[in-house]
Amino acid sequence: MMVATDLPDWAAILTSVLVLMGAILTLIGTVGLLRFKNFYARVHAPTLGTTLGIGCVLLASMFYFSILQSRPVLHEVLIAIFVTITTPITLMFLVNAALHRDWSEGDGHVPAKQTWKKSKPVKDDDEV
Amino acid sequence: MSAQAILGWSLNIAEFCLVLAMACAALRMLRGPRAQDRVLALDAFYVSGMILVLTFGIETGTTVYFEAVLVIALLGFVGTSALAKFLMRGETIE
Repeated sequence: MMVATDLPDWAAILTSVLVLMGAILTLIGTVGLLRFKNFYARVHAPTLGTTLGIGCVLLASMFYFSILQSRPVLHEVLIAIFVTITTPITLMFLVNAALHRDWSEGDGHVPAKQTWKKSKPVKDDDEV
Repeated sequence: MSAQAILGWSLNIAEFCLVLAMACAALRMLRGPRAQDRVLALDAFYVSGMILVLTFGIETGTTVYFEAVLVIALLGFVGTSALAKFLMRGETIE
């Protein structure tokens, strides 16, 4: 193990707790990806890893390198911002594509396509 | 047991968990009944790989792995959105 030795005990414990939490949350997310029955249920599971999992590990990394180099090391924030922005975009693309495919095949499991002319206009709360 | 040993062990356990997560995603990628399941599993695989490389970075104490994580994140985003667009339209570049 090549872990640095000049790290205070509390920093080592905090880093290990954060890393373990992130890894276990990611594992739970992918187990959900494996076990859920339906594609639309499966979309939700891996986002546990992309939000809290990667957040915990990035926090641990930031904390560890900041203590080790005794100056704020914040470049992990870049990854956090990038992942936070891109994950909803890709999953929205993917679910749109899946819905499009299910509708075009006439799959009975998804609700019918809503068109704006047929459906009644939904009244928002802030319109009142 | 010193705190450094706890940190080393927990990093090893975290790497094991992440490899297991990548195995779950790979299994879903092989088994997934439809194409969108496989694309979703590829996305989860990319994310688990990113976190695994980050834990390697903490374990070795170098910040070199950070650039690798950034590249993996970028490639994951481009790959997943291109595949989703392909599933939607049947072609990626119009």
